[in-house]
Amino acid sequence: MTKVSMTVNGKPVSGEVEGRTLLVQFLREGKGLTGTHVGCDTSQCGACVVHVNGTAVKSCTMFAAEADGAEVTTIEGMANPDGSLSTIQQAFQDHHGLQCGFCTPGMVMSAAALLAENPKPTEAEIREYLEGNICRCTGYHNIVKAIMAASGQDVAVAAE
Amino acid sequence: MPKDHGIGASQKRREDVRFLTGRGRYTDDINLAGQAYACFVRSQVAHGKLNGVDTAAAAAMPGVLRVFTGADFEGVGGLPCGWQVTDRNGQPMQEPGHPVLAQGKVRHVGDPIAVVVAETYEQARDAAEMVDVDISELDPVIDMKAALADGAPKVHDDLSSNLCYDWGFVEDNRAAVDEAIKNAHHVTTLELVNNRLVPNAMEPRVAVGDYNPATDDSTLYTTSQNPHVIRLLMGAFVLGIPEHKLRVVAPDVGGGFGSKIFHYAEEAFCTFAAKQLKRPVKWTCQRSESFITDAHGRDHVTKIELALDADGHFQAIRTETYANMGAYLSTFAPSVPTWLHGTLMAGNYKTPLIYVNVKAVFTNTVPVDAYRGAGRPEATFQLERVIDKAAREMGIDPVELRRKNFITEFPYATPVAVEYDTGDYNATLDKLLEIADVAGFDKRREESAKKGKLRGLGVNCYIEACGIAPSQLVGQLGARAGLYESATVRVNATGGLVVMTGSHSHGQGHETSFAQVVADMIGIDENMVEIVHGDTANTPMGMGTYGSRSLAVGGSAMVRATEKIIAKAKKIAAHLMEASPDDIELKDGQFTVAGTDKSVAWGDVTLAAYVPHNYPLEEIEPGLEETAFYDPNNFTYPAGAYACEVEVDPGTGKVTIESFAAADDFGNIVNPMIVDGQVHGGIGQGIGQALLEGAAYDGNGQLLTGSYMDYAMPRASDVPSFTVDHSCQTPCTHNPLGVKGCGEAGAIGSPPAVVNAVVDALQRAGHSNITHIDMPLTPSRVWAAMQG
Repeated sequence: MTKVSMTVNGKPVSGEVEGRTLLVQFLREGKGLTGTHVGCDTSQCGACVVHVNGTAVKSCTMFAAEADGAEVTTIEGMANPDGSLSTIQQAFQDHHGLQCGFCTPGMVMSAAALLAENPKPTEAEIREYLEGNICRCTGYHNIVKAIMAASGQDVAVAAE
Repeated sequence: MPKDHGIGASQKRREDVRFLTGRGRYTDDINLAGQAYACFVRSQVAHGKLNGVDTAAAAAMPGVLRVFTGADFEGVGGLPCGWQVTDRNGQPMQEPGHPVLAQGKVRHVGDPIAVVVAETYEQARDAAEMVDVDISELDPVIDMKAALADGAPKVHDDLSSNLCYDWGFVEDNRAAVDEAIKNAHHVTTLELVNNRLVPNAMEPRVAVGDYNPATDDSTLYTTSQNPHVIRLLMGAFVLGIPEHKLRVVAPDVGGGFGSKIFHYAEEAFCTFAAKQLKRPVKWTCQRSESFITDAHGRDHVTKIELALDADGHFQAIRTETYANMGAYLSTFAPSVPTWLHGTLMAGNYKTPLIYVNVKAVFTNTVPVDAYRGAGRPEATFQLERVIDKAAREMGIDPVELRRKNFITEFPYATPVAVEYDTGDYNATLDKLLEIADVAGFDKRREESAKKGKLRGLGVNCYIEACGIAPSQLVGQLGARAGLYESATVRVNATGGLVVMTGSHSHGQGHETSFAQVVADMIGIDENMVEIVHGDTANTPMGMGTYGSRSLAVGGSAMVRATEKIIAKAKKIAAHLMEASPDDIELKDGQFTVAGTDKSVAWGDVTLAAYVPHNYPLEEIEPGLEETAFYDPNNFTYPAGAYACEVEVDPGTGKVTIESFAAADDFGNIVNPMIVDGQVHGGIGQGIGQALLEGAAYDGNGQLLTGSYMDYAMPRASDVPSFTVDHSCQTPCTHNPLGVKGCGEAGAIGSPPAVVNAVVDALQRAGHSNITHIDMPLTPSRVWAAMQG
């Protein structure tokens, strides 16, 4: 067992992990941060995306020990300090960018990473960027729309 | 003006807040004190004799609590099948046993053989590798027609063959259909495959069993679309636990698409093992495990013949389908290729004579059952493809050929035993042509041609039978369940309501849309209504969510219960205002006496119900809580028209979807935003089936597409933004909301639109020999077709 320490959503955390313990296991099972999901075992689905030192990472693809000393942000750390939904989260609600909610944490974390590096992406750029995030419910239509809206670009209202 | 509240308003979903902040509570998020972990040992071969299982080495591994094998389940029932289909010869289908853990044989890759339960998941997994399984491999049967050949290896030794049933519908029409086809002016024939799909809800299945020795109560937390159904099936047929000693909880569930309707072995195992070990037992499916254990969908091989007269009027349809059941009968598998498929073969058209033959076949593959649409996509695909082919053969515009044959008068009794209550197929088709700008297609085709791309247009219609289902009818058809739905409306003293529904939401947004309905009926703020679902302990016995039934059936139960509430509340209000109940009106949360200025507020009445100081106790009971069970008297019939434009790269065969439009008639709409989202998702899955997805087995029964690296799930860049419209509304005539259901339409209507478009592109480019390409239309298949 190895001791790891990291900052998760602004708070210092530590724990004993096996060498094979994945970052997602450490977060979900070790720290009770169950907002980060596991949807596959081949690093394809993206439900487990978190930010490690500001970079979007599939937390099923990283050992907890590799994140020792890192700044980690999960979906639980994405709301505004007063607890209200952040711009991206609010856009997902406004534009019905989620249905079952299982892929949603990863989608939000990927969207945040995209907008950090490309503040005004085109629809094609959004679709390309989400290559590593699978959603089975929405057909992606409203996810793309939500991200466009979160970037401040004009989209037709979701409602008719 | 769009409505801003109540029925018809695009209310933002209240459930989104917890999902967007990581506070959803999915089954895998549940961890109970003292919980142990299960890891399944599964067959790695498709067919074999199970000689023995040596668990000694595994049992000695660190942390192992117990290793279970089939021997532990010899006295336990098997997994039941919920639907019995009758064969053409009048005999019931062949129905094999379905053990929780393998008994004597393994029948597909993934068939569970043993389970290790240990202190941690890692210990369970390590020990599972030490279980020594002795199997003598047998020749598998994978291909359906080979499985029916004389002398084929039998999946189930105690059955006479691998034929589950040979179903004819309507059998009495057979001779007349044969005669009509023999004498027809023109007959178009099409042979096609409806590809096997893996449902792939993004949340893998999870089960957590718990047992309380002090009370003898069992609890199962599970990823289910219908917790009451699981409680009944598992309690009564597998483990022998009466309902009052068994609670099933399906909390937030991450998508289902049919695959979480069924009762699975892992649910029974965790419930059983928790009692044996006196500890909670948790199993979390790995994705690669879900590929070989979740029930698959579709997998039909079909020949369809369409007979037409010289004017293009449909005279008769005859189909012959082989439907894969896989190795065992999953919960509702027999109903999918029969009653959910044959009854839709009329489509939107007047065809006087129809005969459907379905041979259901056992093979050494994962069981096949309902997947979004369930039988109706298979019916729609073959019908809408053969119509396109017939139009081409007869030189009639495919849109006009459809119009020429539309059913235009309702109610309409089809020759395949259903009665469409209402619809307007010309209206949805007209709307489609408008929103898809079909008139501008030629210009867009020229633009594509300048880029060296072949553009094609595919248009089709669809109809489905939803709002499943009238219990007495399905009982006659072999269902071993009632298919009503239930709701309890509990009004609290200060006026807020809790609605406990037997429906289950796993992405559909019931917590929002159901609240809109009840709040609208009473005239109160939607935030005063809470929707509770997913726990057998606090919801009335209901059948759950599938078959686009929740609002049409579950919503109707909720309306009926709310009507009872309002009727009683009016009596209380009448007493408070010293008026006759017949004179009481309820509007915007105020009770008034007609023709007077007397009024009492909703909250005054609810308080009086629970503090009955001034109350007609001699006439009515205190309290305000009502339950209703609603059993529909017909299916609902959503219908519409879809259009797809594709570009084909002639050099590679790669197909891109350039545009996709859907015009649906869902009857009345409660939340347009949610309805749009349901259609988007269905189209996404339909495009997936048409272009990308296909479960492939090799000849040994190994699943070649067992992960997301091999099974092509649609990504964001594989689909375009969609144009959807549901302004054409012919309300359902027989349920109180006039709603029809919208969950499956997208997946039903979209595959033929895509394939029609690709064939159209290739035909227009001079490939006149290409009349069909089987799904998925991968670049290699399209390219190969173009090579002639």
